[in-house]
This record gives sequence, C-alpha cells and structure tokens, in this order.
Amino acid sequence: MLTKRIIPCLDVKDGKTVKGINFENIKGVGDPVELGKHYAEMGADELVFLDITATNEKRKTLSELVAKIAAEINIPFTVGGGISSVEDVKILLESGADKISVNTAAVRNPQLIKELAETYGSQCVVIAIDTNLVDGKWYVFLNGGRVATDIKAVDWAKKAVELGAGEILLTSMNHDGTKDGFALDITAAISEAVNVPVIASGGAGTMEHFVDAFTKGKADAALAASIFHYGEVKIPELKKFLAKQGIPVRI
Amino acid sequence: MKVTIIKYNAGNIRSVDFALRRLGVEPLITDNPNEIRSADRIIFPGVGEASSAMHYLRNQKLDKLIVDLKQPVLGICLGMQLMCSHSEENNTECLGIFEQKVRRFPEMDVKVPKIGWDNIYSLKTDLFKDIPEREYVYFVHGFYVEKCDYSIALSEYGIEYSAGIQRNNFYAVQFHPEKSGVAGQKIIENFLGLKQPLTEKKVAANS
Repeated sequence: MLTKRIIPCLDVKDGKTVKGINFENIKGVGDPVELGKHYAEMGADELVFLDITATNEKRKTLSELVAKIAAEINIPFTVGGGISSVEDVKILLESGADKISVNTAAVRNPQLIKELAETYGSQCVVIAIDTNLVDGKWYVFLNGGRVATDIKAVDWAKKAVELGAGEILLTSMNHDGTKDGFALDITAAISEAVNVPVIASGGAGTMEHFVDAFTKGKADAALAASIFHYGEVKIPELKKFLAKQGIPVRI
Repeated sequence: MKVTIIKYNAGNIRSVDFALRRLGVEPLITDNPNEIRSADRIIFPGVGEASSAMHYLRNQKLDKLIVDLKQPVLGICLGMQLMCSHSEENNTECLGIFEQKVRRFPEMDVKVPKIGWDNIYSLKTDLFKDIPEREYVYFVHGFYVEKCDYSIALSEYGIEYSAGIQRNNFYAVQFHPEKSGVAGQKIIENFLGLKQPLTEKKVAANS
C-alpha cells in the first residue's frame, strides 16, 4: 500500500537553512547538506528544498548547493524557489533535483506548467500554493506570501492540475509557524478537488497534527520544518505513532 | 567495471550518477554509441515524457543501439516504459524490447501520478538478491506496465502491476532505486554484480 509521506522542508537563504515564523523573523538553523543527510538517515520519505530568496544572480549558487545535497542523500528531493522557466528547471534537474516546485511564476504564466509537464513529465512538476484565509475564503498569495491575488486556492489547484501539475504543495500562511496544526479544511477541499497528491504544509506542532493532516485533511504527505530542525518531533517516533494510529507509513 | 549511463533528454540522470558514486563506481554519462556498446553495465534512466524521449533517441539513433545491447541493461522508470512496445503517454511507439503496452493508471480509483514509497513483492532474479519481500521503494509514475510473464517484481495501485520486468539481459524497474534509500542502493549493487547472461535469441543470431 502506498504510504503517507513525511517531508522535512529545508528553507534556504544564502546557503543556510532558515525557518520563518509566518514567513518573517528568519533565523538560521543549520547547514542544509548536513540536515538533508541527517533526515534521510532518520527515515524522512522525501526532502523539499526551497530557496526563499532566489534571484537570477544566485541561481548558480543554488544549483551548486542542490548538487552537494543530492550527492549525500538517497531519497527523493524537490527543489523550489524563484523558478520561472524551463531553463531554470533544466539546470536544477541536471544538478540532481528529482522534482521541482513552482509557485509565483506559474500563477503569472500558467502555460509554464504545461511546458514543464510536456518537457519533463507531470511527475516532476510540483505546484506550490501559498494560501491565506481572507473573509472566510482561501486565496492564493504570491512572492513568498507578500502579494495578494483574487484567485481562490481551490480554483488555482484545479487549473494547475489540468495544465499538468503532478502534485500540489499547499502552505497555509495563517498556520505556518504557529504550531497549531495544519489547515485541515482547505487541505481536504483541495485534496478532493484534484486527482494528484497533496502535500499539507504549515502549522505542524505535534504528532497528532500529522494524524489530522492525513485523516481529516486527506493529505498524501505532510511537510514541516522547524519542529524537525529543532528536534521537537523526531521522524522515527512520529512514524511509529502514525503506524499505531493505523496510518500507512514506511518504517 | 565500466558502467555507462545513457545520456538523453530525460531528467534525474544526475541522481543515478550520484547513487553509483556512493557505491564507489564512476559511471560514464554518454550518448556516444561506442562508449555505450563497450560498457560492462548500462543504465537507461529516466524521468520525463515518453514521446519527446523517444523522439530524441531516434534522432540520436540510440533506439536501435539500445535494442541490440547484449550486456546487462537496467531501465529505470521512464527507461522501463520506453523498453516496452507502446506507451499511452502521447500515443508513443517505444523500443519494443518487451511487447507489453504501457498504460495510464485509471483515475477513478487512485490519484495519478502515484508518488511515494510502496512495497514490492513476488521478487525474482538476482536483481533482488537479499531484498526482503514487501520492501519499500520509491515510485513516481502515472503510467504502468501490467503484470506479465516478464514480471520480476509486483506492486499495487488500484491494480496489480509490474514493479520490475526482465527479459534476457534487459532488466527494468518502475521505481527509483537511486532514490530508495538503503534497499535501492542494494538493488543497484545487485545489478552491477549480475552475471553476464547468454541469451537464446542473441546466441542463435550470432551463430
């Protein structure tokens, strides 16, 4: 049976892993290569590596870092941050990334999803959606959560999948960094609206939150950063806990 | 031992390269026919889309070359699908090493693509030497090869299908051994250690 995935996220800025609280107040928590290797050994099912301040000038630095991490780990690896063209994706895949995650550029230019899916296959195209609850509705936000749009998250997820997205990485900005649990309603709504895997992100604080993400949130994978980086939740214990609750995990 | 990775327009070649290096093997990544033909082991990797991959292989005249290889070849993911006769992915004629057709998972029952760790069972051949039944490996795919006489590993996703197939010197796996942790590493090691097969067809053709 296909198992639910536990995914540590490495937010990287200037070559160091950082984690923001509500995307602000960023502080460094370690070397991404060491962290990646550590997580692979601990039983993480996958890694997500987001360059949160990616710019064109830093693209080369990013691909070099991706290559260093990929050389050390034997589990799958998604890279995102500032990706806006097929050429960007080519460089990252050639550096050792297995999948790429596109956020703002896909909203600005939805055809990019189609181009990427046609060139590299849907299975390596992850669409990252940052969403925020405004007046009771979940809207898509861009540029690391700084720019609001009038696009509803469910509508965008559906369109992205129609264009060829193979996976949705859904981050609730309202929950990110709060440790109060994942945004279960919107995660479930998107998981039911699209027929590709959905990764729940933002808000993990306890092992019970992961259970909720997989049951009530209907997520296929759950992503977290700081609770793993700071050792507040340890992956082997989390997986044992999930297995006890009847959730299929790889142990 | 000379290990060659066939270079073409498919992703994740670097991941396979890294996995081999972790085993202490320095592979050659090339589309040079002589370098491919003279290798002891050949890996035909792939994350990508079937029709553009086949188009590229034909343009580079690698299609015939791959079919005629006599040393152990390991197809991975798209590589495995391209070894079959036809893929439903953009209605693509493939290499035809296996006569099976590659189909898309029916969307009614399951999410497509299948992404994640799942177990493999009914393991056959030395490719899976010391790999326990129901071992977890990593899959990322929207298309599959059905269970058949060539199956050397099975998995399930709505239906039971081939996680691995083998015919003569051609081995192929649907999952990504290069991304399947310690178990995947062992499978790659097993592939490198496979005995050179003598194939009935090739022997007959050469005699």
